[in-house]
Amino acid sequence: MTLAAAAAHPGFLSPTGVEIAFLLVGLATFGAAVITVTTKQLVHAALWLVVALGGIAVEYLLLTAEFIAWVQVLIYVGSVVVLLLFGLMLTKAPIGRSPDADSGNRWVAAAVAVTAATALVWVVVDAFRTTWIDLEGPAQGSTDATGEFLFRHWVLPFEALSVLLLAALIGAIVLSRKDRAGTSHREDKR
Amino acid sequence: MNDVLDVALRLLIVFAVFMLVPLVVGQAEHKVMAHMQGRLGPMYAGGFHGWAQLAADGVKFVQKEDIVPAQADRRVFQLAPAVALLPYLLVLVAIPIGPGEGAVGQVVDAGIFFVLAVMGVGVLGSLMAGWASANKFSLLGGLRTAAQLLAYELPMLLAAASVAMAAGTVSLPGILNAFEWWWLPWQIVGALVFFVAGLAELQRPPFDMPVADSEIIFGAYTEYTGLRFALFLLAEYAGIVVLCGLTTVLFLGGWHGPLGADGLGWVWTLLKTAVLAFVVIWLRVSYPRLREDQLQKLAWTVLIPLALAQIALTGIVKVAIN
Repeated sequence: MTLAAAAAHPGFLSPTGVEIAFLLVGLATFGAAVITVTTKQLVHAALWLVVALGGIAVEYLLLTAEFIAWVQVLIYVGSVVVLLLFGLMLTKAPIGRSPDADSGNRWVAAAVAVTAATALVWVVVDAFRTTWIDLEGPAQGSTDATGEFLFRHWVLPFEALSVLLLAALIGAIVLSRKDRAGTSHREDKR
Repeated sequence: MNDVLDVALRLLIVFAVFMLVPLVVGQAEHKVMAHMQGRLGPMYAGGFHGWAQLAADGVKFVQKEDIVPAQADRRVFQLAPAVALLPYLLVLVAIPIGPGEGAVGQVVDAGIFFVLAVMGVGVLGSLMAGWASANKFSLLGGLRTAAQLLAYELPMLLAAASVAMAAGTVSLPGILNAFEWWWLPWQIVGALVFFVAGLAELQRPPFDMPVADSEIIFGAYTEYTGLRFALFLLAEYAGIVVLCGLTTVLFLGGWHGPLGADGLGWVWTLLKTAVLAFVVIWLRVSYPRLREDQLQKLAWTVLIPLALAQIALTGIVKVAIN
């Protein structure tokens, strides 16, 4: 999303209300994310994930990307977390602590997470260093603008992504059919 | 200061509607079911036809002791009713009942996405309740809720996408501004898919497998008593209002009607919503409950292909017109 650089650069030292809200929501989201990976109660982790994903949706809203924000809620909070909870309920996730909720891979996972976060933050900071959103003009993240960007400038990546998702879908179907033909009697009700 | 007052007034009105209209639907359900099944039901409270029974029920719920099972996950258990109810309040803010800025709580640019996204969040309340109750019937209810949501979210989205394609916008007032009468036959399949999928998402009969009282007591809400239980019931009725309002806005032309175009549009919206709510109640007393495999089959082999066909039809007609 390109953001028109305002003629006069606002400074970092006199933050507006929106910027303060952005920071606070960011902190809350970060906190929820940390709890998600550190809590010993499995279902609580999924519920804290709802808070983290919802926080990100609020951040999108504050960045005027309304369409992206609602899609975030629709896909992640409404579907992915429900799927996650469905899976957890099938495993009869206990109330209270799960002793085996920890994995030996925690340091590797932490390293991967820190690397990914560094890369992303670096890219974003490098790309948008001095651009500011013009809040006075027409909304720059409206459905109209997002659609135009997506289908005018980013059609190829968009289509490539959909092919990738299609491949994943077919893969999932193949995997689940294999089970049924084999000897194991797994109940897959989906 | 005027802006603040304006926003506060709008929110207050939406909140009043949210508190009042679901109760009206609840009362209508009592009476309509009683008449359709040829039984009286409660007739004494308040005098005329027992009109005050609903209020009496409310008082009863408030008086009941609020119990949390010893084995339950206290905080999640207590939070669940709020998570189930609040999304519907948020959705009501975005539903326009008449033309112009004055007849909608807040114009949301990506209205359809907002509405469907927030409605989906409400189901989390049932899942939380199902898991946190520490009761196997509740857990089964939660599982069925999740399976049902996963199956019916997709046809609902696809049907809504068809209308958005037809109107060329995803804003709810925008869709109504573009509405023409011939959209009704054009989008009728999408309307049916949307309404049926919405019913399933609300877990209303015949899609009430998650709360099937003859099998799993009351599903995810088995352990709830008093006010928290009443909040779940209220969420169900608020869900009916929201679903009927949305179907009206998306498929039935909202405030458009054969006459009374100026100033009386909101009457049409309310009338259509009321008729749909009546149909929801009617379906409850006329259809037996679908089995779990029938539920899934209906969603994946009937509703989704129908919704896709509707999208194809919408695309073809849209191109032909242009």
